[in-house]
Amino acid sequence: MGMEDQLVQIAAQITLVLLTLAILIAFVRLFIGPDQADRIVALDLISVLIVAYLAVLCVYTGQKAFLDVAIAYALIAFLGTVALARFRERLAKERGGSENRDAEESS
Amino acid sequence: MMAVLSAVLMLAGGVFCFVAAVGMLRLPDTIIRMHAATKAGALGAGLMFLSLACFYVELSTTLRAFAAILFLLITAPVAAHLIGRAAYCTRVRLWDRTRIDELAFTCDWNEPESED
Repeated sequence: MGMEDQLVQIAAQITLVLLTLAILIAFVRLFIGPDQADRIVALDLISVLIVAYLAVLCVYTGQKAFLDVAIAYALIAFLGTVALARFRERLAKERGGSENRDAEESS
Repeated sequence: MMAVLSAVLMLAGGVFCFVAAVGMLRLPDTIIRMHAATKAGALGAGLMFLSLACFYVELSTTLRAFAAILFLLITAPVAAHLIGRAAYCTRVRLWDRTRIDELAFTCDWNEPESED
């Protein structure tokens, strides 16, 4: 039994390293993203990765409260993503037309 | 035995999340990047919760883990749809090797009305 627990601990450590690297890479896209929609997609990915991180922490530390934290964070992250997408759409509608593809089509 | 299964599922989820982040960095277009982010991200997080349900074999924790998986599987397509529609209707720049643009005439509510 101790052997299997140790196996889970090692797997959790490797997964935590992978998730940290993934969040850092997603932050690079959040920083350089050429469009605002790229940044929204990057934020969505980062929030999903944080939910996965919390699930791994629940196994790694043995604290079952992290599962509730993960569920609550998934709910709030979904609301945040929806709000950002609606905001982006409404902003573009108020401006009337947009900046990116019109320039290519007219030229 | 359940611990081994839990470790394998957790590693698979970690690899999926990492691949999603690499695709986020390297794919050429917002819409294509969204494919990597939402699909692989939701699958990775779902595998993590499945691993958690295999690690704690109790009714309350496993039920909550499955509820979390269900919630992720319901909300990920909705969020992806909203982001994709917002990105497309604000005319985000597509990849220059895009051949088929099936939505080309559906999002015309921000065009000037002088066409017809």
